[in-house]
Amino acid sequence: CTDLAEMEDFWAGAFWALKIWLYLIISLIMVPAMFGFSLGISETYMTILVKTLEWATLKIQRAHADEQTLKASSSNGLIQREDGSMEKELEELRRSRPKPPVGGDFTLSDCFYFSRRGIESIVEDEVTQRFTSEELVSWNLLTRTNNYFQYISLRLTLVYGLGIFVRYCILAPLRITLACIGLSWLVIGTSAVGLLPNWRIKSWLSEWVHVICYRICARGLSAAIRYHNRENKPKKGGICVANHTSPIDIVILCNDGGYAMVGQVHGGLMGVIQRAMVRSCPHIWFERAEMRDRHLVTKRLTDHVNDKTKLPILIFPEGTCVNNTSVMMFKKGSFEIGATIYPVAIKYDPKFGDAFWNSSKYSMVNYLLRMMTSWALVCNVWYLPAMHQQEGEDAVQFANRVKSAIAHQGGLIDLQWDGGLKRAKVKETFKEQEQKKYSSMVVGDDSSSNSDG
Amino acid sequence: MGSRASTLLREEEIEEIKKETGFSHSQITRLYSRFTSLDKGENGTLSREDFQRIPELAINPLGDRIINAFFPEGEDQVNFRGFMRTLAHFRPIEDNEKSKNPTASEPLNSRTNKLLFAFRLYDLDRDDKISRDELLQVLRMMVGVNISDEQLGSIADRTIQEADTNGDNSISFNEFIKVLEKVDVEQKMSIRFLH
Repeated sequence: CTDLAEMEDFWAGAFWALKIWLYLIISLIMVPAMFGFSLGISETYMTILVKTLEWATLKIQRAHADEQTLKASSSNGLIQREDGSMEKELEELRRSRPKPPVGGDFTLSDCFYFSRRGIESIVEDEVTQRFTSEELVSWNLLTRTNNYFQYISLRLTLVYGLGIFVRYCILAPLRITLACIGLSWLVIGTSAVGLLPNWRIKSWLSEWVHVICYRICARGLSAAIRYHNRENKPKKGGICVANHTSPIDIVILCNDGGYAMVGQVHGGLMGVIQRAMVRSCPHIWFERAEMRDRHLVTKRLTDHVNDKTKLPILIFPEGTCVNNTSVMMFKKGSFEIGATIYPVAIKYDPKFGDAFWNSSKYSMVNYLLRMMTSWALVCNVWYLPAMHQQEGEDAVQFANRVKSAIAHQGGLIDLQWDGGLKRAKVKETFKEQEQKKYSSMVVGDDSSSNSDG
Repeated sequence: MGSRASTLLREEEIEEIKKETGFSHSQITRLYSRFTSLDKGENGTLSREDFQRIPELAINPLGDRIINAFFPEGEDQVNFRGFMRTLAHFRPIEDNEKSKNPTASEPLNSRTNKLLFAFRLYDLDRDDKISRDELLQVLRMMVGVNISDEQLGSIADRTIQEADTNGDNSISFNEFIKVLEKVDVEQKMSIRFLH
């Protein structure tokens, strides 16, 4: 009989603890999120975190002061490339012998240039490194980034162990709870707003509901976001383009305003969320088959943009997640519509957590769990001034111009390669271009074929 | 920044590779990291597809020949030792190495071995001779469709004529070395590895 009473006491106690937990969350996190003010708890956490990481970095550096010093340069590269053009390099190679009078300028040493370029790209290339997480210069006390770092001192290991406890046993459950609350709120709230008739208050309520959800989700990731140049914030009737690192980009941007999303219709939980969102304000969801029809896509985007009451569209022109060290080719679709483009640059600070979603390595759930067991998510968002397509500029050039502006602002490398190379092979035409370039160095410009490139 | 040999690369192996190729400890661990990142199948070896996944290599006209240089005759997989051995050809030649030990075997990055790497790019069937056919095939790889067969043929003929000294209408390795004796092979076939 006493066993039963003890059991009841235990469950009563557990239930009571759970109630306290929920009240704490609601009052300390949800209410501030709803009304947009902060209690300073996260700020304190961040300050402690920054100090701890700095201390750890110093300890590691001091321990390795006798070994080879860290490279002072920002590049973590393995080789130093010769950046001579094909023409220059081949000329130097051919200098050793006189040019033959007839029959084409070829020497056996021409292959040296291609061999060296080939081996350089095997050791280090611009593209494949963008699809894995950035290498850190100094360890940030997370297990997952511990590739090169070794045991330094007892204190450091203790802090690391404490970090694991804090991250997995305290922060992770808290964040998961918040994420669940945030998402359920989104579904319930937007469906509720969707029931209202189309009064002006509906759009205001809809934005409010969306923003609360995203704020809760942001707290759920311990996100510390700094927005710069907010006077350039995207306005209605425009298209907001940003570089893409992970699905969390959406949470980051939507914390500061409402956007209309574009994307594929999913099933399951995502589908439920999508359908709920669309009830309260217009988003653009495509069926999988519809996405291939370029005209349909363009038409729907144009229609949305022309309706000045609808929110600005949020698009990630890279089409895939890249690791936030560079910006890859922008697909020209959104730049052909003729709408105002509002570029946004997002840069995460890798010290606090790696935000990149390596979709070939981790599933979405796995990724979210990793996010929730990182220290925090620190990022900077820059709103760039609006851009328009200029006279005589085609969509591709316009897209490249916007991409350069974003890369420049975010301190990212501007690459011409297609993010689709993550999964697909590179097009043959690029190789053909190299061959054509070389041919013109062999026979001059009177080659027999003519192609329009 | 300290470097820790991963569980898959033991200290003894690193020492052996260091002796064989001349790379430094940290260079070897970083190249191992690169090797594993290319190894999508995670079985400790690279296949030709793993190399072709590198876009810059895929658009290189001699990309396939370079990839082939990593694979020993008849094999389809290359392990880390083989990978390093081939990369070692492109280490710059340091002056202090030349006088070290005259009886030791030639280092992988000597001028002769660098030329051998280039020779093997042309020598498709590995019979130690570059025939006219082989030269034509490699030329075709480099120029694509932009030059006619006749013109390419005359380029090949002229090249062989210049290099061939014993009249067998093909280029042997010694003839290859002779023709390129004025070229700065040390600099052109070397890559500057950092740290």
